[in-house]
Amino acid sequence: MTDSEPDVLSGLRVRPYMVTGGRTRSVVELPLETIVRVTPEGQKAAGTLNLEPRQIVELCHQPMSIAEVSAHLRLHLQVAKVLVGDLVHSGHVATHSATADATDRPDLQLLERVLDGLQSL
Amino acid sequence: MNNPIPVKIVVAGGFAVGKTTFVSAISDIEPLTTEAAMTKVSEGIDDFGDAKTKKSTTVAMDFGRVGLSDELVLYLFGTPGQDRFHFMWDELVRGAIGACVLIDTGRIDQCFPAIDYMENAGVPFIVAINAFDGMLRHHPEDVREALDLPRHIPVVVTDARHRAAVRDTLVALVRHAMTMAHAT
Repeated sequence: MTDSEPDVLSGLRVRPYMVTGGRTRSVVELPLETIVRVTPEGQKAAGTLNLEPRQIVELCHQPMSIAEVSAHLRLHLQVAKVLVGDLVHSGHVATHSATADATDRPDLQLLERVLDGLQSL
Repeated sequence: MNNPIPVKIVVAGGFAVGKTTFVSAISDIEPLTTEAAMTKVSEGIDDFGDAKTKKSTTVAMDFGRVGLSDELVLYLFGTPGQDRFHFMWDELVRGAIGACVLIDTGRIDQCFPAIDYMENAGVPFIVAINAFDGMLRHHPEDVREALDLPRHIPVVVTDARHRAAVRDTLVALVRHAMTMAHAT
């Protein structure tokens, strides 16, 4: 335990982009609802990763959105995106979204499925 | 287990109109909060390198998740209604099914920025009057007139505390989005 440790551990007292080396853009385009899941490579490599990437890999044994990753690890959304982008790039996690082009609106077929799902709640 | 397909709906509206209540009424999880930060450069100064001209804005968003099937998960994002949070809306509405604009008829003007934004961005949206005290102070058609909404935009009455009412509101939005998708 050192005097500086509480600052490092208190999350929001640290400049948010410190953990990304100052980068504010992800290497891949990731909407906040993108589902993230650990890959077998990620499971093997978890112990070798830095703190935040390791936490993401461990958390994403259960598939979850980037927004959830951000909330659970108390990382700013953009920071979570940069870190997930790195992990996609290194093959430690895989991502999944609704459409090939994230800017598209869901098509009719998908909307039908959403409607069915809501009506069965 | 396959990865579920994520879809999202934006829940917009003014301060304290019941966005988080609406989300938590139907969410499988306690609503979570994510923070997004944006650095704005002061107007009239284009030197991005000068730290003194930058101002940081943080916006907290509450969101929930609803498992619709093994293969489909719906995220509901509640977003503050003020103009200054538009930077988040651009990202939120991208790829979204659409938006529910929650209104409180006592403070109807609070929803103007959200409605203007959704109209301009071409996002399918409905207006949901939150009759959270069990009293409907204004008829939906009066609200439509007050908001100068086109006929094809649904105006529904909801109760953000009740799961069934929230589900019906989401159903109304998805149906509207389907009509809009047919039309294009």
